Amino acid sequence: MSAIAQPIPRATLADRVGRRARDWVPAVVVFGLGLVAWQWLIPDVFGVKRFLLPRFSDVITTFWNQRSELWSAGWFTFKEALGGFVLGCGLGLLGALVLSRWRRVGEALMPYAIAAGAVPIIAFAPITNAWFGLLSPWSKIVISAVLCFFPVLVNGLRGLTSVAPESLELMRSYAASEREVYRRVRIPNSLPFVFTALKVASVLAMIGAVVGDYFGGSTKALGVVIQSSVALGQFETAWAAILVASILGLGFYAAIAAAERLALSWHPSVRSRAE
Amino acid sequence: MSEDLVVSIKGLSKVFRRGDLTALQDIDLDVERGEFVSLIGPSGCGKSTLLRIVGDIIPPSSGSVTVNGKPARRARLDRDYGIVFQSPVLYDWRTVTKNISLPLEMLGWDRGRRSKRIKEMLELVELESFGSHHPWQLSGGMQQRVSIARAFSFSPALLLMDEPFGALDEMTRERLNLELLQIWSETGSTVIFVTHSIQEAVFLSTRVAVMSARPGRIAGIVPVDLPQPRTAATREDPHFFELVTEVREKLQAAGADEVTEEATLQ
Repeated sequence: MSAIAQPIPRATLADRVGRRARDWVPAVVVFGLGLVAWQWLIPDVFGVKRFLLPRFSDVITTFWNQRSELWSAGWFTFKEALGGFVLGCGLGLLGALVLSRWRRVGEALMPYAIAAGAVPIIAFAPITNAWFGLLSPWSKIVISAVLCFFPVLVNGLRGLTSVAPESLELMRSYAASEREVYRRVRIPNSLPFVFTALKVASVLAMIGAVVGDYFGGSTKALGVVIQSSVALGQFETAWAAILVASILGLGFYAAIAAAERLALSWHPSVRSRAE
Repeated sequence: MSEDLVVSIKGLSKVFRRGDLTALQDIDLDVERGEFVSLIGPSGCGKSTLLRIVGDIIPPSSGSVTVNGKPARRARLDRDYGIVFQSPVLYDWRTVTKNISLPLEMLGWDRGRRSKRIKEMLELVELESFGSHHPWQLSGGMQQRVSIARAFSFSPALLLMDEPFGALDEMTRERLNLELLQIWSETGSTVIFVTHSIQEAVFLSTRVAVMSARPGRIAGIVPVDLPQPRTAATREDPHFFELVTEVREKLQAAGADEVTEEATLQ
């Protein structure tokens, strides 16, 4: 028996970095080709006009020249998105805990939660502007929060309740309290589900905040900058602002993904498969 | 009641409300300290249900279960049970070490005492070098050994094992049979073991309780007087075959057409 009992050797760091780099090559090539097409192929060969898609180099130049205004607008909107993310995800997680603990309440409320989740929340943006004031960040925070709430609630609930019956029987045999069952089984079990939802929510929060700006808001907000630049024919500025929104959204997503890797270091999908 | 009686089941019945199904009827069974009792019977005879009632995971409809002189519920709250299921039920977010540590943490053992015991248990199931691995990095047989180490780790008065080797291949199964007997004799524990396999029941047990098809009843008890410790040679002993035949005949008399080794829905 001990003949097979040998630890599995781990790949060396250099091996893993090398494999990583090779994995990224196709994506980098596609990115480069996309930039080439944007810069030369689309305007010069297909003759696409500037107001439809400005040249990549012009967008970058504008981005650089107006960087301080654009970043401060981006930061303003990002704070709205972050506030909505924290509020919406917090309430979603709290809701998941309550609904999983008191199953009857959950069964009564879930159909409505799902139905409400299917409502296009963005349609409410003008209403929240009326409720909280056009210039108040709260009108955008609420839109972002409502967008984040449902995926986190539904995934959190699924994670907390999709526990093998035998896991619960084992905890029962240890005379575990309901609190201990949550701490040691349900909550760790839910983490992969929750992080998937948080990544989705990070994207939705940014969308909610920018689109909320479109329905009116402070001139310091990124969505307002995009809208007014288009109205004034400053397409390069609009595209540069979209670039800022994308960088912030990607950064936000990447931060959540990094937190996921830390929190789920045990998970097979995070650990290198070759190990 | 005898001092050495670990389990005493009296007049126990279980009726499932859904479908008005009588799963168990008039079960009487005593298990003494240090015994290894197997429950064997056809699929759906309620042997897993009986095991769960003894462990106070589900309640009986009538009758009583006494463990260490206490009602089953009291025994569960006193953590008198160790359980091993057919699936290992390990937590993926815990390493092998941490999985074995779980019941010890819940019993409030301090770190030093825990790590000493975990080391002993890992040696017992020959997984010393796998403490820092995660369950999904181990084979099915290794995972089940971790599960067994976890169940024995806090020296519970009674081990309940529900077809623990049912999902393993024959060779792994025979190896783990031997290993389980070694742990059983070293720890002096009392085991109730559910299985589909006649050979496994005879090889492991001090007594085999043969159950009839639904409603589940104890149709007969076969004492296994094979010498201890049992070894691979025990399986070739003519008396082993006699006992296997005796259990098989009792099963047939009890109305079981066939006993397979397949895992079935319990």
